[in-house]
Amino acid sequence: MTDRALSAPQPGDWRYWFGEQRGALLALAVFIVMFAIYTANHPAGFSADVVTTAASKGVLLALVAIAQTFVVLTAGIDLSVGMIFVLCNCVASYIVIGSPLETALGVAGVLATGLACGALNGLIVIYGRLQPIVTTIATGAAFFGLALLLRPQPGGDVNEDLADFLTGQFPGGIPASAVALLVVVLVIWIPFRRSMLGRVVYAVGSSEPAAYMSGLHIRRAKFAAYALAGLLAAIGGLFLTFVTYTGEASSANANTYTLNSIAAVVLGGVSLFGGRGSAVGAIFGALIFRTIGDLLFVFDLDPLWQPLFLGIVLLVSVCLGSFRLIRIRNRLDLFG
Amino acid sequence: MTNLLANNPVLRRFDPAVLTAFGCIFVLLLIGSIINRNFLSPEYLLQQLQVGSFLALISTGMMIVILLGQIDLSVPWIITVGGMMSTAAAGWGGLGATFAIPIGILCGLVFGLINGIGVAYLRVPSMIFTLGINAVAQGFMIVRTGGAAPLDMATDSMHELATGRLILGIPNPVWVWIAVGAATVFLLRRTVFGRAVYAIGNREVAAYLSGIRTQRVVLAAFAISGSLAAFAGALLAGYSTKAYQGMGDPYLLPSIAAVVLGGTSILGGRGTYLGTVAGIILITLLQSILSVVQIEEAFRQLIYGTVIIAMLLVYGRQRAQT
Amino acid sequence: MDGSAPAPLFRMEGVSKRYGGVSALTNADLTVESGRIHGVLGENGAGKSTLMKIMAGVVQPDDGRMTMDGKPARFATPAAANAAGIVCIFQELSLVPDLSVADNICISNPPKRFGMIDGRAQRRIAEEALARAGGGDVHPLAPVKDLPLSRRQLVEIAKALVRNPRILILDEATSALTAADVRKVFAVLKRLRSEGLALLYISHRMAEIAELADECTVFRNGRNVGTFKSGAKSDTEIVEMMIGREYSHAFPPKPAPKAAGGTPALEVRNLSWNNRLKDISLTARAGEIVGLGGLDGQGQRELLLALFGVLRSATGEVLIDGRKVSLTCPSDAKRGHVGMALIPEDRKTEGLMLPMSVRDNLSMASLSRLSRGGLVDRAAENKAIDEMISLLAIRTDGTDVPVGTLSGGNQQKIVIAKWLMTRPRVILLNDPTRGIDVGTKAEIYQLLRKLADAGAAILFYSTDYDELVGCCDRVLVFYDGAVGRVLSGAEITERALVGSALNLGSSQAEAGAPSLAGAGAGR
Repeated sequence: MTDRALSAPQPGDWRYWFGEQRGALLALAVFIVMFAIYTANHPAGFSADVVTTAASKGVLLALVAIAQTFVVLTAGIDLSVGMIFVLCNCVASYIVIGSPLETALGVAGVLATGLACGALNGLIVIYGRLQPIVTTIATGAAFFGLALLLRPQPGGDVNEDLADFLTGQFPGGIPASAVALLVVVLVIWIPFRRSMLGRVVYAVGSSEPAAYMSGLHIRRAKFAAYALAGLLAAIGGLFLTFVTYTGEASSANANTYTLNSIAAVVLGGVSLFGGRGSAVGAIFGALIFRTIGDLLFVFDLDPLWQPLFLGIVLLVSVCLGSFRLIRIRNRLDLFG
Repeated sequence: MTNLLANNPVLRRFDPAVLTAFGCIFVLLLIGSIINRNFLSPEYLLQQLQVGSFLALISTGMMIVILLGQIDLSVPWIITVGGMMSTAAAGWGGLGATFAIPIGILCGLVFGLINGIGVAYLRVPSMIFTLGINAVAQGFMIVRTGGAAPLDMATDSMHELATGRLILGIPNPVWVWIAVGAATVFLLRRTVFGRAVYAIGNREVAAYLSGIRTQRVVLAAFAISGSLAAFAGALLAGYSTKAYQGMGDPYLLPSIAAVVLGGTSILGGRGTYLGTVAGIILITLLQSILSVVQIEEAFRQLIYGTVIIAMLLVYGRQRAQT
Repeated sequence: MDGSAPAPLFRMEGVSKRYGGVSALTNADLTVESGRIHGVLGENGAGKSTLMKIMAGVVQPDDGRMTMDGKPARFATPAAANAAGIVCIFQELSLVPDLSVADNICISNPPKRFGMIDGRAQRRIAEEALARAGGGDVHPLAPVKDLPLSRRQLVEIAKALVRNPRILILDEATSALTAADVRKVFAVLKRLRSEGLALLYISHRMAEIAELADECTVFRNGRNVGTFKSGAKSDTEIVEMMIGREYSHAFPPKPAPKAAGGTPALEVRNLSWNNRLKDISLTARAGEIVGLGGLDGQGQRELLLALFGVLRSATGEVLIDGRKVSLTCPSDAKRGHVGMALIPEDRKTEGLMLPMSVRDNLSMASLSRLSRGGLVDRAAENKAIDEMISLLAIRTDGTDVPVGTLSGGNQQKIVIAKWLMTRPRVILLNDPTRGIDVGTKAEIYQLLRKLADAGAAILFYSTDYDELVGCCDRVLVFYDGAVGRVLSGAEITERALVGSALNLGSSQAEAGAPSLAGAGAGR
């Protein structure tokens, strides 16, 4: 450990860490404030039940937002995440049931479904050289068609023990869903972020030419990003099944989750131009977005106004990036 | 291979994508006639054209936006805005009823202009900004209608415009399509605006350095797209006598698909209206065949997605060089 | 040349490379020895970059052979060259802006622990490499996009060092650096030499080469015109080697200088922008071709863009025919009472829409002139286009073919023709003859003189000194965003241009001035 002196944190290190995490930290701060206001004004106050309910709803969007993050980091976009999410919900309502072994196999099946959907997107975008947006709109339609095929009417069932366990509370009133989300972050996001794969994904999103000049495997990284997005959407779909106990091919759900995942990603400080941000930020972005809805509710805003309000929040948040235009001095740079 | 086509003056006249699209139309007609004897009857085909004209209006606006290298994802709820606001105006009676359709179009125009400002001046990526406008438009409509289906009915003239056959026994919406289509061809081929649209789609910097006010062109294109989507919404409301939530949802993918399958490059700068017409007919026939064989909605979606991806993969290979 | 060591570290013999019909490198020889710094000098387009790309495995030579340690070598990819120990340093191109310095330095082969990137080890490697590269004050966790250009260059060097190179190639590595940083980099390079590395240092700044190099090779027109020990030749001799003596282009005769006086067609007063243009004043009279000279990236491009209304918040005054005009966008600049035209730097991305037809491209800038009420007047358009095609003798297979199918020379003619259709009175040209054939070049020179005689005022930026000498009535030599020196009439010689571009000799007596260039390469 002779290198201790060299690589021990120097004063000033925190500044760079902070700079990198600024988006996520800001989202965290906003979320804490909003959640405090929410619980303070909630008739039941800050109770374990209020938190658990809020967590279950928030975790669903958070998972889909993480999925979106993977793709957005490569400077792409996935408009099929909501459909993969709904498709996996329908698949789960068939196969995640029965004995523990059957349930486990079912869970694996659901995850494999999502992974396959994401991988398909990736293959088409990379080897078909199609725009991510058109690709994912079209595959999204196909995925939703599959969902509808599986569940023309809402129905199905799920292993209730598992569902109740994952949507309930741990001792001490800790919401199980939040713990599950934490596990996802620890098992999937952190390793990704620290691996060569994650490094390349960030590099590709930040500057594809520079990544190419540095001899990185660009295609492999993009493919992985889309596949991981499918996997995360599948985890989200699985969780939706645990919350609702049924499978439903709801096009409203699919569209809303796709849209909200983008809002969450933007609110969480992930750059739509790629290369910057983290899933942690996206999670807090998702929680913020959910809490806005809840806040409107406790403040007795007519629920009818809620979609409009959320839409405007989304629109304003995507416009925040336009502040960079003020600094541009050479108008040719506008056309980047 | 592209060069070979580009260098041959005879082949160049026919965009291979447009030819492919017309070939597919032929195949679909053949399949349709095998499935159902009546498929090729003039009456049935006219009906298809009538249904297709709603999609045609939307695709026309979408095409202009796509030619710029942008995309308009706010189409679903701007259609709904057009439908709901025109029926609402009809409900006010008097002048409102007289100008029901223009009022609907005006509302679409406003949303289109906001799209244009966001994309051209704030330079937010169009797919994100228009997605946001879609959400806002939805929010407005939910506030307006209380989340339920509005009770306002379309005026008789709206219904007539959407379903009647005033001239030559051809459905009125088809005439509307012909008028809008002719105007679009004129706009794209003969006007400065049209040249600018293609130029921006090809290379925005070069267009800017040629002294074209690119931002205004983008703004105008989104305004046109919003107006046409709202117009289609008003006609759809007239067709089914009322407007309803989600009436625009089934039109997003088909409108983009029609444009792209008609040979317009999704990256912008290349495409003809003839191709878009072919794309619209193609999509409409595909839908009609799926409905003739009474296929489930689920399969329809699946086949849409698959067919579109498959065709895009064929087209997409050609334009890696830009 | 030499003949001392039996097997030098690297040797190339008779290497040639041509792009299309143009020879970029002809029969080039080069020998690189360990523990030496080898300077490569030459003007723009002399073949220096091609040489570097061949060594780095980016392009393949058409002819000739290369040996490394006496064994034949051929690099199919940059990775293969890397593996053989040849590492290139590009100009700020290969850094990923959003990643940290340490991430960038270790990007292709980061240290790992349990399959994950070991942040601590990576940081240690980065710190060591930065220290070796003289960038010890760069924080390894800082994102690259926050660093000034000079620091990025040091990071590039550090990034190259962690690949354990045996030959390090630096291409214009100091162009973005301040004088203090240059000195630092030089110290680093000298230390690397003493560690046994071979360095190939490509530059067009003679003072740098003189200070640094053990041997020098001069390239001209893709040929190796001489290799000599550093210090064996005087600056003058080297300049002569770089320039050569033959004039290969045909220039139209220049008219006798006109008497000064009268209102200039274009007058610029105290134009400044963003620290890249510093208080520039100039005039151009109708009928005059004013050249913009100097090294690449000294603000010439920015001046043209600023005049054309592209740069935001440029300060100063622009007068056309003595009247003040305010220009905020190209459509203002081309308007009738201003009448400016800009032939941009890169015809493929800024001048033309390659997939669009010859017709569409030609009329693109003059549509307002060719239309009424937003409607294009086809007859007028065709007439104007036919006139232009015959005036410039553009060789095209009809007006409906995509511009992308034409040759480079004809493409450039279309860019010029497109602007002539607006009947401009002030024509700004940004290096219009780059990458086109000699015949077309000569036609363009004739055309420029014809336009000037017809009453246009022309600002002509060129990276080719030959052209400036042959075409211009006056030349403004740029240095670091300002006009360093004005040459007119018989003063315009290649030697004077090179000398004042390098800020050498008579004009200023500052020692080591060439290395003081603070402005980065133009975008």
